[in-house]
Amino acid sequence: MIFQPKSEGDVSEMLAKNREKLRVIGGASKVQTWRAEPTHTLQLNALSGVTLYEPGALTLVAKAGTKISEITELLAGEGQYLPFEPPNFAGLLGSSGSPTIGGTASANASGPRRVQSGACRDSMIGIRFVDGIGTVVKNGGRVMKNVTGLDLVKLLAGSFGTLGVLTEVAFKVLPRPETSANLILHGCSDDRAIQVMAKALGSPFGVSGAAHLPSRQQTVLRVEGFAESVTSRIVKLQAVLGPTIDCEIDDDPNRVARLWRDIADVALFVDIPGSVWRVSLKPSAAPVFVQSMRQSAIELDVVYDWGGGLVWMNVGAANNAATHSVKMALAKAGGGNATLVRASSDIRASTQPVFQPVDGVVANIEAGLRLKFDPHGVFISDRQCFSSQSNG
Amino acid sequence: MQMPVPNPSVLARKDAIVANIRAALTFGSIISDAKETRAYECDAYTAYSCAPLAVALATSTAEVAAVLKICHEMHVPVVPRGSGTSLSGGALPTADCVVLGTSRMSEILEIDTANRCIRVQAGRTNLSVSTAIEPFGFFYAPDPSSQLACAIGGNVAMNSGGAHCLKYGVTTNNLLAVTLVTMTGEIVEIGGLNAESGGLDLLGIICGSEGQLGIVTEATLRILPKPEGARPILLGFATSEAAGECVAAIIRSGVLPVAIEFMDRMVIRATDEFSGAGYPDVEAMLIVEVEGSNEEIDFQLGKILAIAKAHHPETILQSRSPEESAKIWLGRKAAFGAMGRLGDYICLDGVIPVSELASVLRQIHDLTIKYDLKVGNVFHAGDGNLHPLILFDANKAGDLERAEQLGEEILRLCVAAGGCLTGEHGVGVEKRDLMHVQFNAQDLEAQMAVKDVFDPLWLLNPTKVFPLDASQTRRSVA
Repeated sequence: MIFQPKSEGDVSEMLAKNREKLRVIGGASKVQTWRAEPTHTLQLNALSGVTLYEPGALTLVAKAGTKISEITELLAGEGQYLPFEPPNFAGLLGSSGSPTIGGTASANASGPRRVQSGACRDSMIGIRFVDGIGTVVKNGGRVMKNVTGLDLVKLLAGSFGTLGVLTEVAFKVLPRPETSANLILHGCSDDRAIQVMAKALGSPFGVSGAAHLPSRQQTVLRVEGFAESVTSRIVKLQAVLGPTIDCEIDDDPNRVARLWRDIADVALFVDIPGSVWRVSLKPSAAPVFVQSMRQSAIELDVVYDWGGGLVWMNVGAANNAATHSVKMALAKAGGGNATLVRASSDIRASTQPVFQPVDGVVANIEAGLRLKFDPHGVFISDRQCFSSQSNG
Repeated sequence: MQMPVPNPSVLARKDAIVANIRAALTFGSIISDAKETRAYECDAYTAYSCAPLAVALATSTAEVAAVLKICHEMHVPVVPRGSGTSLSGGALPTADCVVLGTSRMSEILEIDTANRCIRVQAGRTNLSVSTAIEPFGFFYAPDPSSQLACAIGGNVAMNSGGAHCLKYGVTTNNLLAVTLVTMTGEIVEIGGLNAESGGLDLLGIICGSEGQLGIVTEATLRILPKPEGARPILLGFATSEAAGECVAAIIRSGVLPVAIEFMDRMVIRATDEFSGAGYPDVEAMLIVEVEGSNEEIDFQLGKILAIAKAHHPETILQSRSPEESAKIWLGRKAAFGAMGRLGDYICLDGVIPVSELASVLRQIHDLTIKYDLKVGNVFHAGDGNLHPLILFDANKAGDLERAEQLGEEILRLCVAAGGCLTGEHGVGVEKRDLMHVQFNAQDLEAQMAVKDVFDPLWLLNPTKVFPLDASQTRRSVA
């Protein structure tokens, strides 16, 4: 059965009665990651609209089903944006859906600018949600500095709808940079690229994107801001990285924007079949991880984002998701988290990685929290991911 | 202020509790003599004090775990304490509690410039973190006014901010991992250098939980490259409204200053006399600071100046040297000390939407007339975090109560304007009973449910954050 609530009250009423397993859907852009058909679906797209936008206070509040595209357009009209660069995986997953603000918040989905502006959760300043038994709760607010009480905003962000249904989210927005430019380095090995990106991100020149695309032999560094400032900083950045480095500057803002859009949305893998993993790990450990994957003789395509902290990996269309190799490689790299994002339904069905916290105490705390907010266990999660112990 | 009656069963077992803790500490120490525990009877919120049962000063995570395990087994409340600089009574003891201090744990454990982070023990002071990484060209962004003394453990507990958080965010935006000891004495690693963990964002709920969920003994902090330079500009205005409107206009323009500080006439005069900063004779004053290379600073300040001029400033003071920059900041940095010379004061910490600045300042002024008390305003204007300072005379009967009532009205005003009770000082005991103003029963219940999971007996940092009436049933479990 599909429920399409028109208001927060509808959501509350429905959850107060419901005892069946339930999948919460925003724009259905990640539909491909679903594993099983649940009894009920709660579709939030009718719960839509920006409820408050104050450009002078850098604040935007929107109902959960509001499309990211609608918000982006509204903000652009005032020269502002969501700084965490929300990604859109609809292309990667072959879905026709469109990401919503609630889905993005639930997944803490964050793009390349995370290295500078933080994750989606860092821009979130308030929420309203309905828990598993229909209780409406608010936390945070619409001001950007707020330490009043426990921060449930962070707890709900990235909880993938397993603690409650977000109905409204408030964001801190920022002025959109006037222009941007890329410094593109050619021919770096993975090791070298990680070092260069670390150096760039540790420089005072405001690098807001650092990605390495081995298949294109490119390492890309982004600088944004007022035109004069971008020009001067990118030249300085180039000087810091070394005079002998093989590189070029691309200062066409449209081309720059397109490349980072592609990196955010993993566009490189859209037309290449195969299972796709998203791996989060310590940036300096990323080459060790990838090297280990290559040694396991898997045909591999890789994109490094976040200076190495995020590795997108296409392990090819063979009939398994290479789960064992991913686990081994993560262990070698000192730990991290891996999520199977794209896979055929056969592979998905035969793959078991479902998140279990490594630490027993953490597992108990998480289970305790889920029991408090969803006592009947109605919210289902489709994610297939696992963590291995971090040495951090 | 109402405080629960100390648990007589705990008081009666004092000797056994102290003996057990003493036996568990190898390098740490325990203080139980009434003369010595006096030093811990309050924090920087000095309006109230209460001597604890005992004070345990731990030197390692293992010792913190051992003390917590004993206290859990013996059902003894525990008040965590960093440097004791809380302005909301976050470390105020109860008579039946053990204060557990981490100030002796001040080591730097690792500096990792490749991954841009530093791991420190919780007792490390805020400023000394930045000092340690300065040679590598980095700094730690959150910079509360008490940064010389306040500890990272306390910063994590209170989610501390500072003058520069308009651009860099507060503690929660700069925290990567913690070692947390639960009330049962279990040691847990939360977060890590991998940005995504796959599980719930426990780090996010622990940061700012005011010692309600566990005790942080180590923290991994994000460090940022030091900007090439920074420079302030001082703008004086004939009215607070004009200054407030100028703030909103600057923010809207697309320039993002690292700090926008506001001071009204009373604070300007007091700080100027105290520090000799040479501030102008105006109703309201802004200090706006931008960062970058010299050319970038010139460019940004040029933009800000053009915006400011539309709001008819009476004074424009541009710094031409590091010395002049320091002089512009001199008075602001001395503001809280300078105001202390005018008498006793209560420092509030409410937040309002920036767009409400002018209107709320006017309403605060009206309230000061109603209460016949003086209020100075000095605050981080860019993010709407107000710090009204209510002056009163502690020696005059009823003056403190009147000042507290005015404070409460101002905070209610902030919430009504769309803001909140506290932007960076925390709820503590100070604003505990005002939580009903901002949250309804369900909102509070959801927060208390989180504490139930971490601390089922409600032994950690008792009587803070949650209104006493709302937490009554839970507190009586222990």
